[in-house]
Amino acid sequence: MSTDLARWQFATTSIYHFLFVPVTIGLSFLVALLQTTWYKNDNPTYKRLTKFFGTLLLINVAIGVVTGLVQEFEFGMNWSAYSREVGNIFGGPLAMEGLLAFFLESTFLGLWIFGWDRLSKKAHLTCIWLVAFATIISAAFIMAANSWMQHPVGYVLNAQHQPVLNNIFALFTSPEFLWSYVHVLLASLVTGSLVMLAVSAWQIRKKRDVDAFRRTATVSTIVLIPALILALFVGSELGVVEGTYQPMKIAAAEAQWNTCNSHCSFSALQIGGGTNDQNPTKILEIPSLLSLLATNHLNGQVQGINQLQAQYVKEYGPGNYVPNVFIQYWSMRVMAYLAAVMLLFSLWGAWLLRKHRLADSKWYLRIAPWAVAAPFLMNTAGWMLAENGRQPWIVQGLLKTVNGVSPNVTSAEIWISLIVFVLIYIVLGAADAFLMIHYGRKELGDGSDDEGGGTSGPPVDGSEYAHDSESDQSERVPALIY
Amino acid sequence: MHLSTLWFLIDGIFWIGFFILEGFDFGVGMLHSFVAKDDTERRIAVNSIGPLWDGNEVWLIVAGAVIFAAFPGWYATMFSTFYLALVVVLLALLIRGVAFEYQRKIDDPRWRATFTWFLTIGSALIPLLVGVAFGDMLHGLPIDKAHNYTGNFFGLLTLYGLYTGVTMLVMCLLMGATYLALKTTGDYHDRMLRLAGTIGWVAAVVVWGFVTWTHLGLGNGFIPNPLEVLAVLAVIAAAWLANVKSDGWAFAAAAIAIVGVVGSLLAELYPRVMVSTTSAAYNLTVANTASPSYTLKVMTVVAVIFFPVVLVYQGWSYHVFRARLSAPRSGGAVPPVDDSNSPAPDLAPGTSTAVGP
Repeated sequence: MSTDLARWQFATTSIYHFLFVPVTIGLSFLVALLQTTWYKNDNPTYKRLTKFFGTLLLINVAIGVVTGLVQEFEFGMNWSAYSREVGNIFGGPLAMEGLLAFFLESTFLGLWIFGWDRLSKKAHLTCIWLVAFATIISAAFIMAANSWMQHPVGYVLNAQHQPVLNNIFALFTSPEFLWSYVHVLLASLVTGSLVMLAVSAWQIRKKRDVDAFRRTATVSTIVLIPALILALFVGSELGVVEGTYQPMKIAAAEAQWNTCNSHCSFSALQIGGGTNDQNPTKILEIPSLLSLLATNHLNGQVQGINQLQAQYVKEYGPGNYVPNVFIQYWSMRVMAYLAAVMLLFSLWGAWLLRKHRLADSKWYLRIAPWAVAAPFLMNTAGWMLAENGRQPWIVQGLLKTVNGVSPNVTSAEIWISLIVFVLIYIVLGAADAFLMIHYGRKELGDGSDDEGGGTSGPPVDGSEYAHDSESDQSERVPALIY
Repeated sequence: MHLSTLWFLIDGIFWIGFFILEGFDFGVGMLHSFVAKDDTERRIAVNSIGPLWDGNEVWLIVAGAVIFAAFPGWYATMFSTFYLALVVVLLALLIRGVAFEYQRKIDDPRWRATFTWFLTIGSALIPLLVGVAFGDMLHGLPIDKAHNYTGNFFGLLTLYGLYTGVTMLVMCLLMGATYLALKTTGDYHDRMLRLAGTIGWVAAVVVWGFVTWTHLGLGNGFIPNPLEVLAVLAVIAAAWLANVKSDGWAFAAAAIAIVGVVGSLLAELYPRVMVSTTSAAYNLTVANTASPSYTLKVMTVVAVIFFPVVLVYQGWSYHVFRARLSAPRSGGAVPPVDDSNSPAPDLAPGTSTAVGP
């Protein structure tokens, strides 16, 4: 009972957290690009765009940062046995993330927000690049920690059969880490650029600053297309890597109950299926595609769930080693199919941009603001595929999820915390969505410092605040952060 | 020195850094709803910590993550023990962190008031509850052989723990008042300095009670350790300096008092990290909760390389935002946009702008 509750809580809070993370990673890079363009060509349009999208970035960062705290606390609160057992390995990347990434991100974000007229143009530009850089370092540490749960490396078992770190570099060089890290970064670029594209399309459709927003539509499309193609490719390679280390995850994702020796077919859809139905009606079977996806060879072997279960019972003792097949099968397909649809959509946009007809394409402009839902669905599905597929393990092959929970935390306590988090997340999420839409629909500002690094808001009683200093010049404070 | 002792020390530095840096942020957050005469003064208060609070909060995150990596056993027991208290701390961190960014985003009094109270309440709850947890760790809790807490939520409300929480709260108020005095001009500045003086004397009494209880209550004889002496002297100095209108030194003395308060608690704790009231044999100690030496070596290398870098750039950001804040000249005229060479608004004459001594 408390294991299920603790899992529900982790799933809820981490899925929620990861709605904001990829926007932060993707959008901070894109905002840095816009500001770099302004720095280089001194065209005020780019300053205005930097501030406009900077505001959206900050609205999003606020929640991304605080929800990350919940994740860090949760390991000790709900998963104390796990933390005790593997903290000497898993805790390392988290501590490094704090020291190397969080300090960098928060300090330079503060400097960027308040530094528009206090720093030189160059120093100020450096700040946003350091923020963008910090977000990707942060992701590296988290993905190293997560990859270690998927495919533990760099440890030995001590006399008490406890895993003990003996090679930190192994965590950052394992194929599981490399492929999943790149995959997450690409997914973040896809997310960030689709957010920018959605807002730009909406603004163009309303005929507001069409010239300016066509530029951001172009920038985001240029980033989006290669990021999507690479994400598909890297994701498929990640599938091969995980097929090696976590064959059960891949078998479940294909609802492949029995081993198929070569030219295994891929089912586009199925009716029925799930953990209790081994004979679903498969629709649109594509010959050999599964072998290709899972092994990179047309005649590759794909192990079946039943055979793997038997093998694991022999290896690890009695138990059920089959993850929820329904979640695996459909999360994989939601992710992959949406990515394919998004690729077609973005190619359509690229074609329109090339023909200079984007501003006139009513349908494209109408669909684009809705397309922004796709990356969030894809990201969520991707994480469900990765995390659900690892079950029943919390660390693949080393520690089972049921053995990771806090022994002394009661179900009632987890219920309380779950309800508290869900309620506050609903409130904060509503505020965030409201602000994102409000500011995404605002007219492009004039780029003045009133906007305070994109933290614009209505001036209160028309006054400004000055930062007195010993020198004879007054340095104006962006008035509107508060 | 053994590596695990070194990491206890490093973690102590992060906790002390957190209580100093976030201490004044919490203080400003608590005070700004009450001391500001108008909206302008409220904005000045929040702007004074606006660029810095997020970086300060990382000290807390790193202090926690260091426990996770260097003392997994301590992390596991601590976070699962203080379960419901930490839910409240997280709630406070959530609403407070978001308040900074969202407060002024919508021009509506109710929206603004909601986030103002989020900021105020969040700023009070965090030091209070973290303080209670620190007090409890030294006071002792029923912890069994497997290092699991066997009590319930109400068992966490020990008198010593609660008093430690109040001590941290009052110290944060003192830090906040001296910081506001340091960052404002004119009448605002004078009021904050007077307030700091008043809070300072209250804090002096509270801190004296804290070190006495810590020392005598826990049966340590009559000779105080130097950190305890430092805590009391520094907080008295802070109160006195605020009363003689020396804002920079008062702020510095309050910071030193935090070093004394948190430092003396940690010093009493060492080599234990959490005391078990069930049996001294079940105490969590530096030795029995630490990671193996390889992990600690890796962490040491990382910290030696990167921690100084962090101090340099965080220090630089304090330097960039060192100036005092003040309201514009009366009349509500909006200064010209994009003109950083416009004439200075009223400078408060004769006030120091140095942060600290």
